[in-house]
Amino acid sequence: MAQVHLRDVVKKYGTLEVVHSINLDIADGEFVVLVGPSGCGKSTTLRMVAGLEGISGGEVAIGDQVVNDLPPRERNISMVFQNYALYPHMTVRENLGFSLKIAKYSQPDIDKSVDEAAQILSLTPLLDRKPGALSGGQRQRVAMGRAIVRHPEVFLFDEPLSNLDAKLRTQMRVEIKKLHQKLKSTIIYVTHDQVEAMTLADRIVIMRDGHIEQVGTPLEVFENPVNTFVGTFIGSPPMNLLDGVIKDDAITFQDGSSLPIPPGYDLQEGQAVTFGVRADNIMPVGHALPSGDHMAEVEMTVDLTEPLGTETLLFAALAGTEVQAKMLNPRPVQSGERMIFQVMLDKCHLFDAETGATLRK
Amino acid sequence: MGLHHPTSPIIRLKCMELFHADPRDILMKRLKLPPWLVLLMPAIIILSAVVLIPLLLSLYSSFTSYRLTRPDSLFNWIGTFNYEKAVTDAKFWAAFGRTVLLLAVALNLEMLLGLSLALMISKVTRGQRALRTMMMFPMMFSPILVGFQFKFIFNDNVGLVNNALQSLGVTDTAIPWLVDGKLAMFSIIFAEVWTSTSVFGILILAGLYAIPRDPLEAAKVDGCTPFQSFRFVTLPFLMPFIYIAMAIRSLDVARAYDIVQIMTNGGPARRTELLWTLIGRTGYVDARMGYANAMGYVSIFLAIFFTIYFFKKLQSARKELGMGV
Ligand SMILES: Nc1ncnc2c1ncn2[C@@H]1O[C@H](COP(=O)(O)OP(=O)(O)O)[C@@H](O)[C@H]1O
Ligand SMILES: [Mg+2]
Repeated sequence: MAQVHLRDVVKKYGTLEVVHSINLDIADGEFVVLVGPSGCGKSTTLRMVAGLEGISGGEVAIGDQVVNDLPPRERNISMVFQNYALYPHMTVRENLGFSLKIAKYSQPDIDKSVDEAAQILSLTPLLDRKPGALSGGQRQRVAMGRAIVRHPEVFLFDEPLSNLDAKLRTQMRVEIKKLHQKLKSTIIYVTHDQVEAMTLADRIVIMRDGHIEQVGTPLEVFENPVNTFVGTFIGSPPMNLLDGVIKDDAITFQDGSSLPIPPGYDLQEGQAVTFGVRADNIMPVGHALPSGDHMAEVEMTVDLTEPLGTETLLFAALAGTEVQAKMLNPRPVQSGERMIFQVMLDKCHLFDAETGATLRK
Repeated sequence: MGLHHPTSPIIRLKCMELFHADPRDILMKRLKLPPWLVLLMPAIIILSAVVLIPLLLSLYSSFTSYRLTRPDSLFNWIGTFNYEKAVTDAKFWAAFGRTVLLLAVALNLEMLLGLSLALMISKVTRGQRALRTMMMFPMMFSPILVGFQFKFIFNDNVGLVNNALQSLGVTDTAIPWLVDGKLAMFSIIFAEVWTSTSVFGILILAGLYAIPRDPLEAAKVDGCTPFQSFRFVTLPFLMPFIYIAMAIRSLDVARAYDIVQIMTNGGPARRTELLWTLIGRTGYVDARMGYANAMGYVSIFLAIFFTIYFFKKLQSARKELGMGV
């Protein structure tokens, strides 16, 4: 149906540039999630694709057509808004059928499409209600129904789940994923929640301050973050970062302790680095995953524990910096207890201390 | 706490001594009035003095042959004679009809003009405040002065309109704006619309500011042209504001008096006579206050009718938007 291309797209509000020349190619039928902290320009980017914001520079193309100067109605897209944006004076049925009515479909055709969409989203019993008489989750489904009745080439979602409670959010996430598998249309989805991004996306686009930091599949960005920002933004708990210097083929930390250099790095003596390790890769001996090829052991004092059931998060100090570690098959741990941890070096990262960029070859 | 407050306990005690009894004591203990009534007393007294007594007095006088020039006629009870006379009086019904006509034409024109003004102002990005204030200008003048102003503008000899038309060569005769019955009504409507369009303008502008942006954007994405967005989303949101303006203005126009009085004095030959110019003339010129009051009471039903009508509309428009009642 439709690919979407962003070429050197810039957005300026007056003299303030909020999106800086971003490039992105989205394949037909792909589910792409734009993720990043609040204010990084995700919505602005999405709204430029939708035609709700002017494009200050560069080109947006949907299918083969450059759409810079087309109004939203000529772009064959539909959008789900964060606050649902339902028409409060129309019933659910009218909300769903509105775009078709505007497109001058015949009434029987409208009814058929509306019933079909209502069926998919289990809205049939609510068709005659007004949005005011619906719960948040139901409104969300109406907003999605309104987007799907038209069979657009591209769906745009702007934080559609952020107003729902945690349970409903998980539930709707699954529904959105199913919907994508059924409709097979191109989806661009904006969220600040990295869990949503990881679970939904075919490809994740991580943004910061109007720049794209990294594009990749969820596993790629999780396993090979290009910089410390991506490393800490993706994954929960965030990646532990420790500053050190390369000395005698090891990473030496401020307190003089050291760790071996993870495989795959080509470093110079005296180079300042940031060492990154996820909680999943630093575990107490005996409560860890099967060990890999490159391991190191460190002894740490546990300050605090957060039991989560199947695992326990341990807060401890490594080389003077607080780090989070994970304990599998947990046993009760007293704070102040000293434990030996194994560090899976294959999964650790080294970044440039100055720029934060990865030093992986 | 350095200041000595005028109602400090000591002074209050002194006052109590002076008057010996608290008025609350008299009302509650001696007259045995329940406390809620005592608490409501100030409101009741003020309301009776300002509203209730004049209302009852005028209602009573409408059943008498009260003439301003003969105060003793206030006690001459004639039953419903005044009312019978009013409802069978062709002049009364003509004025009634004219008032309804003025109301219908002026309100609709004002609504359309006010809506256009508000839409235009809301689109302006620079100087919106200044424009908003300017839109309010006509409301800042006394209706009497507006009446004089338009009396001059529409004057057939020296008026601006005829002067302009003649120098532009549109006509070479003096058009009798205020002398011809139909034209006089037109001129009055013109003046009325000029003064009060801003009521609609400002309320509709408030409505435009209150419209959430999201549904409008959804409409754009749903394929609406700007006109369709207006028709299907903006307008339903504005309806409550329009009905509020209608309710306010219908009360205003139903009691229209000053502009007409100044511009045409109900003339020529009563062609622009409205309810309240007729009532005013009957009461103060002909001095038949009892009859005037009777006509007044019939006329008030007009105002009440329109108020109820527009409030019903307002309620249903709000319900439509899911705003409850
Ligand atoms: N109309 C506007 N005028 C000026 N700045 C804006 C406007 N809209 C958004 N911005 C700025 O653009 C940046 C990106 O905003 P946005 O795309 O909404 O971020 P988010 O990633 O949270 O969706 C923010 O810094 C915001 O302050
Ligand atoms: Mg946003």
